[in-house]
Formats: sequence, structure tokens, C-alpha cells
Amino acid sequence: MDTQNITELDINSDPFQVAGRTLSSRLILGTGGASSLTTLESALQASGTELTTVAIRHFSAAGESNVYDLLQRNNVIALPNTAGCFTARDAILTAHLAREALETNWIKLEVIADEHTLLPDPLELHAATEQLVADGFQVFAYTNDDPALAQRLQDAGVAAIMPAGAPIGSGLGILNPHNISTIVSRAQVPVILDAGVGTASDAALAMELGCDAVLLASAVTRAHNAPLMAMAMKDAVRAGRAARLAGRIPRRDTALASSPTEGMMQTLVGDFS
Amino acid sequence: MKSIGIKFNSRELNLDEGITLREFISMQIGKDLDSNSAAVDGSKLGIAAAVNGAVIPRSAWNSYTLAEGHSIELVTAAQGG
Repeated sequence: MDTQNITELDINSDPFQVAGRTLSSRLILGTGGASSLTTLESALQASGTELTTVAIRHFSAAGESNVYDLLQRNNVIALPNTAGCFTARDAILTAHLAREALETNWIKLEVIADEHTLLPDPLELHAATEQLVADGFQVFAYTNDDPALAQRLQDAGVAAIMPAGAPIGSGLGILNPHNISTIVSRAQVPVILDAGVGTASDAALAMELGCDAVLLASAVTRAHNAPLMAMAMKDAVRAGRAARLAGRIPRRDTALASSPTEGMMQTLVGDFS
Repeated sequence: MKSIGIKFNSRELNLDEGITLREFISMQIGKDLDSNSAAVDGSKLGIAAAVNGAVIPRSAWNSYTLAEGHSIELVTAAQGG
């Protein structure tokens, strides 16, 4: 994109294209962690998101009001995940159930190594990716912030790479911005920063680093005021995206005056030369 | 009528012999399902079923007869991620 010609109008119509779909929002707000469906609904509306993640769990007749109905009511697209799966086998079964239940071939693939870190197991993740791509899924791969693994996942045919900024729910922000930049610079598919966002500046940084979108849940759903934080995230993602497109100034080791020296009073000029 | 013992979402249940997966699911979700297992009221179901760890596509629910010892899992979207 020619960043010189981006105007405010352009940033207002800056669609996010992923897996053959066009979304107007680059913020993906997950549904996890909300204290109630009412809070979740307010947060989703405040965030302006069009896409959200859901887990796949046992059906319970007791739940008269459910997430699925809430998303349908608000026209938010559900991206099912394989959260809680520790093996490729479990993740593949969950993905197939999700496809059947939600009538979508999109899957956020999570294959977790251990409960303490909730970080992805690279070997199981890669194996599951290969199988699910072969089965016709659009795989959104939740991955470590490892450029080599991201490349392998891309080669395996993922629809999007979703590197973790920090462990899920930690709110530690982006622990290795350099790796995220490297992943972005090599990516042929969208990069969605996923996990670790704690506050709005983390989301802005992700976009400034060149990520195409940000996925977050806990930072909003567990905030003291979830809808207000959702609004903050919406603005942060937009601001970070605009800053990325605008092109930041290079970092310098020394100062560079922004006021001209020309036209200064003669008596003072000598003091600076 | 003879009954069969099955497992449903980790609970033990006894059902009448000959019940189909479509009939069982219809009972669980409280919605009438037509022979294609679509909701008669036109709503989206948002659920999927697996028997003994294998996904049973909706198109096959009507012809799938449950049997003694079957383990049925019925799933839907929940908050997460």
C-alpha cells in the first residue's frame, strides 16, 4: 500500500481481509472470561468487532440463554477454537465438531503444551495444522512468537498466523516485539496478535509492529469496566494501524531540532554555534 | 419395550431401544427436528454430535440408531478464547 496517500478517509475504510472474507474491524474480541452474558454483549457492542472466538463444550439444556444466540442476535461471526486440547488428535476432533455445530470451516487452532504456560505445543500444532488444512479448514493458528514455526505453519497452508504476545490471560503485553516484527515481515498471510494483551497500549503496539489485527479477550472481559475497555481497545487498534500506515520516524541517538535556526535573533545565534 | 444403557456427555442414561440420534437430540434440545435434522421452527441448532469419538454429521442423525454402550457427546458454542 502507498502509505503516502493514506488519508483519514482511507483509515475509516481500511478493511481486514482474512480467509476470503472482508471485515471492517481489526479488533477481534474473544468471548472468554466475561462474568455474565450481559457484560459480554455490552463489550462486544462497544468494541465494534465483527468476529469473536468461542469454545466448543458440552451442550447443557439448563442454559436457556447462550453465547450462540447472543452472537446471532448481534451479527458477530463466531470463530470456534480448540481451547483445552493438548494433542493434535483432540484438536482435530474438536475442529470437526465445531464445523458441524457452527457451519463454518474456520477454526482457531490451539494445541496447548501445559496448563501452567498455556503456550502452544509446536509439534502437535503443526501436525494438527497439516491435517485440518487437508480436511478443508481455514486454520487460524495460535502459535508461539517464533518466526521459524510461523514460517512452517504458513508453508502448511494456514489462513492466518496468530502469535502470542505473552501467555494467555497474563496481561504482560508483547514480550518480544522483535520476533513479532520478524513474523510480520515474512508473512504472506495475515498476522493476528493473540494473547497477552493487558491494556490499550499493547494493542496499539501490535498494530504499530505491523500486525493485521489483534485478538484479545481477558483484557476486556476481566477489566473493571469491560465495555469501556472494549472502546479503548477499538481506538487503540485504529490508532496503531494509522500509525503503522503513516510510517514512524526513525529512532536517532541524538536530538534533531524541530524549530528552524534560520531567522533567530543575532545575539542568540552565537550562543548555539 | 427393551431399554439400552448409553453415556451422554459423561452421564449414564437409559433409553428405549430403537431410538435414533435425531430423536434423542430433539429430546435433549427441546426442538422438533425434521427428517433432515433441521429445526422445524427454522432456527439454527448450533450443535454437533459425536458417538464413540466420531463426528456424526447432521445428515446422518435420522438413520443413526443408538445402541447399548454408545457414548454420545453433544456440543455447542461456549464462552472462551
